[in-house]
Amino acid sequence: MNANKNEFRTPYWRVVGTIAWKDLRAEIRGREMVTSMMLFAAISVMIFSFALELDDQAQQETVSGVLWVTIAYAGTLGLGRSLSAEKDKGSLDALLIAPISRSALFYGKMLGNLLFTTAVGILMMALLTILFNINLFLPLLLLVVILGCLGFSATGTLVASMSVYARAREVLLPILLLPIVLPVIISATRSSVAIITELGTEDWLPWIQLLIFIDIGYMALAFFLFDFIVEE
Amino acid sequence: MEYSSQRTAWLTILTYVSIGLVIASAIMILAYARPEQVQGNAQKLFYIHLGTFFGSFVLFGAAVFAGIQYLRTRHNRWDDLGLASIEVGLIFSLVTIVSGAAWARPIWNTWWTWDPRLTTVAVMWLTYAAYLMLRAGIEDPDRRRRFAAVYGILAFSSVIFTVIIIRVRPDTIHPVAAGPTLSETDVTGAFDMTPRIVQTLLFSIFTYVLVSIIITWHRIRLENRAHQVQQRKVNLLMNT
Repeated sequence: MNANKNEFRTPYWRVVGTIAWKDLRAEIRGREMVTSMMLFAAISVMIFSFALELDDQAQQETVSGVLWVTIAYAGTLGLGRSLSAEKDKGSLDALLIAPISRSALFYGKMLGNLLFTTAVGILMMALLTILFNINLFLPLLLLVVILGCLGFSATGTLVASMSVYARAREVLLPILLLPIVLPVIISATRSSVAIITELGTEDWLPWIQLLIFIDIGYMALAFFLFDFIVEE
Repeated sequence: MEYSSQRTAWLTILTYVSIGLVIASAIMILAYARPEQVQGNAQKLFYIHLGTFFGSFVLFGAAVFAGIQYLRTRHNRWDDLGLASIEVGLIFSLVTIVSGAAWARPIWNTWWTWDPRLTTVAVMWLTYAAYLMLRAGIEDPDRRRRFAAVYGILAFSSVIFTVIIIRVRPDTIHPVAAGPTLSETDVTGAFDMTPRIVQTLLFSIFTYVLVSIIITWHRIRLENRAHQVQQRKVNLLMNT
């Protein structure tokens, strides 16, 4: 019986890939989310660079803070859209009816959000390199951006799938998400500061290790909890 | 479900016991434990600080347990436990933060500083405040209970982060009362514990953990009453 049921199930990783690919394609055609996230990010950087008129030394120390605050806010903006579009058009229900594993659905959505957030992160790196006149294109920093965005989209997708059901969901999402995601932001910011100011390995390695640990923890937690959020 | 009179009697007895314990621990803090040599009487806040922290820690842990149990059994009483323990835990951790700030004023010469420990505990508080916002924002009762259970489990990550941060960050100035730490030299306000201080500390931790459990129990009973009133209203409307 069970074996029969499994025959009609789409393989796990194909589901993950298909859902992420679907989000990506919809985004390439509609260009709704990434455009608004990137515009928002660009405006925030402008505001930051006017609000904090800094000398070179101070710029080097604040640039990673600016990077991560902007990624967090722009990412929250995108997450809200990613899940609410899915729910309002009724496609979330269709996905839930489909004979696929719920956690595969989660990881698919997460992967999509990871791509968009990372795209914003890389754009931010370019913008800050120009506006703050600090070279941010370091391989290690790219790794930190990807790991940070991974933790962000793991918690973000989980929390956003709850907040779409709430009244005033646009307001609720940042309130619910930002405190949960803060461990990710703290360790990402700390390791970025150490990498940008060219400190030794012992200054950034523990933070990257902590970041990886937090990412794995949240992704595992989401694996168990997502089923309960979308059931019905 | 009617609350049995036997349970209420137990709760009443334990309430009086805990009031007695609070008075006893206050006497112990003020009279039995000698003022610490360097910090003087400011150090006495530490008993309440740590006691209420353990209280809120137990309650937030209970919320995780309640969340898991709710998701498994779908019995409403686990949701009541989760809500009650987080509400009371918020008050207890507020006492921890305020007593810490009052202690920090003479010792660190500031009410608040963005030390890793202080930052994470503030974030912990905001996370649990967000839990109440989530509950308020969702109308469907079944979904509210389910989401609250999930978020209650998720929010505990902030507690874990608060507990481990002073043990992994070498740049904190917050003293570590028990367990290993990296930052023995930088800590401001640590002190040697005499036997009397240890006894008073253990006693007040016990007291405040018990008090936190008793208050949560009262809160659950209140929630129970509210459900009863709701049920009676429904019955009344159905009969007319």
